[in-house]
Amino acid sequence: MAEPAGNLQFRYIARKRRTKEDRRFVAGAGRFAADIDLPGMLHVALVASPHAFARIHSIDAKSALALPGVFAVLTGDELARGIEPVMSGLDLPKVKRYPLALGLARYVGEWVAAVVAESRAVAEDAAELVEVEYESLPAVVDPEEALKPEAPVVHPDHGSNVLYRRKFVWGPVEQDFAESSHKLAFRARWHRSSTVPIETFGVVANWNHAAQLLEIWASIQMPKYPDQLARALRLPGNAVRVHFDVDVGGSYGVKRGLKHSILAGYLAKMLGRPVRLIEDRLENMRGGDAQGPDRIFDMQVAFDRGGVIRSLKIRALDDVGAHAGRAPLQLGKPVGAIVGPYRIGSVEYEAISVTTNKTPQEAVRGFGQAPTNFAIETTVDCVARHLGMDRIELRRRNLIRREEFPYTIPSGSTYDSGDYHAVLDKALKAADYEDLVMLRDKARAAGNLAGIGIACCLEPSGGNAAFEPLFNPKNETTTWMESCSLKVDLNGAVIASMGTSSAGQGHETLLATVIGEVLERDPDTIRALHSDSLTAGPSNSPVGSRMAIMLGGAAAGAAKKLKVQLIAIAAHNLGVAPEDIEYRGGDVVLRADPGKRLSWDQLVDIAHRKFHLLPPGMEPGLQITHVMEVPGGGALPSPDGRVQMYPCYAFEAHVVYAEIDRVTGQVRIGKYAVGHDCGTIINPDIVHGMTYGGIAHGIGAALYERFAYDENGQLLSGSFMDYLIPSSHEVPDIVIVDHCTPSPLTAFGQKGSGEAGYLGAPAAVSCAVNDALAPLGLSIASLPMSVAVLEELLAAAPGGKR
Amino acid sequence: MSRHLVSLTVNGRKLSAEAPARMTLVDFLRDVLHLTGTHTGCEHGVCGACSVLLDGRPVRSCLIFAVQAEGSAVETVEGFAPDPETLSILQDAFWETHALQCGFCTPGMLIAARALLAQTLSPSDDEIREAIGGNLCRCTGYKQIVEAVLLAAERMRRSNEAGRGRG
Repeated sequence: MAEPAGNLQFRYIARKRRTKEDRRFVAGAGRFAADIDLPGMLHVALVASPHAFARIHSIDAKSALALPGVFAVLTGDELARGIEPVMSGLDLPKVKRYPLALGLARYVGEWVAAVVAESRAVAEDAAELVEVEYESLPAVVDPEEALKPEAPVVHPDHGSNVLYRRKFVWGPVEQDFAESSHKLAFRARWHRSSTVPIETFGVVANWNHAAQLLEIWASIQMPKYPDQLARALRLPGNAVRVHFDVDVGGSYGVKRGLKHSILAGYLAKMLGRPVRLIEDRLENMRGGDAQGPDRIFDMQVAFDRGGVIRSLKIRALDDVGAHAGRAPLQLGKPVGAIVGPYRIGSVEYEAISVTTNKTPQEAVRGFGQAPTNFAIETTVDCVARHLGMDRIELRRRNLIRREEFPYTIPSGSTYDSGDYHAVLDKALKAADYEDLVMLRDKARAAGNLAGIGIACCLEPSGGNAAFEPLFNPKNETTTWMESCSLKVDLNGAVIASMGTSSAGQGHETLLATVIGEVLERDPDTIRALHSDSLTAGPSNSPVGSRMAIMLGGAAAGAAKKLKVQLIAIAAHNLGVAPEDIEYRGGDVVLRADPGKRLSWDQLVDIAHRKFHLLPPGMEPGLQITHVMEVPGGGALPSPDGRVQMYPCYAFEAHVVYAEIDRVTGQVRIGKYAVGHDCGTIINPDIVHGMTYGGIAHGIGAALYERFAYDENGQLLSGSFMDYLIPSSHEVPDIVIVDHCTPSPLTAFGQKGSGEAGYLGAPAAVSCAVNDALAPLGLSIASLPMSVAVLEELLAAAPGGKR
Repeated sequence: MSRHLVSLTVNGRKLSAEAPARMTLVDFLRDVLHLTGTHTGCEHGVCGACSVLLDGRPVRSCLIFAVQAEGSAVETVEGFAPDPETLSILQDAFWETHALQCGFCTPGMLIAARALLAQTLSPSDDEIREAIGGNLCRCTGYKQIVEAVLLAAERMRRSNEAGRGRG
């Protein structure tokens, strides 16, 4: 069981409470995109490119269209005439992306044509009858090959495979390297994996001719999705209504099916019928454009004899696949925590984003931070090994100390608060570290490969998307606001609404808990709604571990405004000043004479029905919208690329025990403990659940999951038979220990936690594997450390296999 | 494509409906019977989201044709609760321990857990992990699911001592 934070200053926050959402899910009454069934609905299947790179000469749909039940076959040429290209996160006017390939197919699985039929089965039959004539071209699959001048160019109009390249220097890097007695250089590799939710992406689109309105139901988690969808379809924003009350069956970053939605919206409008597009598993993994970072880190570190790390040089080469999208920006977020939790005085960071003929990359949990954390932690371990120093002691020497907060790192972000040493100590205690060492040594004495992994890392949270202007000067975004609307109806019931959908993060519970806390009303009595894009206030969706901070903050802000209004009504009617009044559970009492009071019901009655009793100038009714700006944000980056990237920084320390089977190379995790400090926890079950899940996901990235390609660009792991997601057998019984260092920047001291666990688990597991390999003189800095990889490593080593 | 009349019992009710020969049981449940609590995750029998009880045994409804369920008794998540206002002990335990986040794998997990609890009301952690080992969850890391099944088992043991109640 997780140990509770024990923050008892609150009435509902930080306490064990049942969620609002789970009731419908355990009843089988969730409403997912595939559950939306409209009269006359048609279904889409896709014709996918079998080539990694090919010119499309012709598409013959005659046989497909002749099949009974087929309504249309749409090609890229026709679609491109009616829409705008999908927006990119960078300023890349010649890297154009359309939902269906236009002229060139750039990866295996890319959609070349869409077939619409009365059922998905008929649409699939017809898709097989579409004849496409391709001219296969030489493909580029490896990111380093993509940099070479002779490499095939994925976007010929752009003229190069490099989408982004910049070298940042923050602080006296060369001087620090020159003055340090020790230097090391090594390479770390984070291969392609992703979040791969159990629900694939799905969208239902319906064009309402009479209202001239496109209605969308989608399993979406994407900032500015409605606006981008309308823009691509050349519709005014108020002609697209995205319903956010669709349950999203997992996302963790990737559910950004903009191309799917543009295609479905276009088809619905073209055919005048509702259209549904649900990916099958292969489409999801190969053609869904939702694979993750694919990174080569070349690391250099300068440090002294005592293990104090002075400077880092990081070169990160990331392969985004065939299209840009927002993927290159995943090299930008880590700028906000580029030194991790350590006191490192200067950093050089070269970020390079390249295209290859592979499935496009999408945002994955942590937006590029997990690979960078892996590289930083691997660096720390290399230093410890080089100096023969204890890995924990080395970390303690370099961790930022409690009294140093707020702490500004070389790249310009200020960390809000933390007590890293205390959290690390708690994690070690929870893991029974001394016992683990004995267990490991005993296992080693018995001839087994046993190791302990340690990882410390940060979860930047509540972001203002400062990586957008950092990587694209034409984009001057400096706000990433969130809103909450709150009203009390004339019977006194509280209704709160948000402008986003949820993918399991419990935002209804968040709203009800926060508003219940401020208004002192039972959260179970509060209705929390997912609104739609035309009625909601602005939202930037649940990305970047931001909702506890931003949606929670917006809800708290709205509730506080409502409370002020209730107090003003009471003061006016009691003939006293608002300062003389105390708010108690919705009733309002005269502090000096508690007999004089107005109840919640009376105040609601006055607001809704009795204008003559309202203070002069007050609007009737009880309704408020609060829009929250990101704390500490609002500024553009400096010319040398310094910027406040995220307001809040959660910390986690992982301790893991693992053994490697000498014969098979299989890693078995025996014990897992994590110390976690995300400030005030709003709902412990939700935060702990996301942390357990994040660790499970991180174990997958460390040991099992890889989108592997052959040299021709064919995806080798497009099913759950070969892309291995950890099951209950692979995920150990995890122990979480909470610690609470409140953030000074948020309503209740909360920080973000949606990416918890995942940001440190790959580094921790890698550290344990390397500790297990150390007695053989082996090391490895490439993920995933799959059975095949470790088996090969052991087989080649003297004394490795027995 | 030939069509066939399929007669079976679903959640205790006898019914007949037409299905194309190639229609899977999960599509039949969802699209023909409108029981959308059972979910489609991978359609190749790995993820377990489509699990249902077929004559009491947990099976992948994506790997069975509807016509193969002729004459069988199928139970889905919609059949768990005694009435719409009340959850079963197992469902309530999942809610109590927050054994889910997005809810997509949950019906399949409930099926796996129910099949286990029909065998034993005193399962060990390992037995629970074995029972749900064929159901993938990407949200929870499985811990709160194990807790839910332990809690449900305990409550069902007490409930049985009082002479009433089932999963």
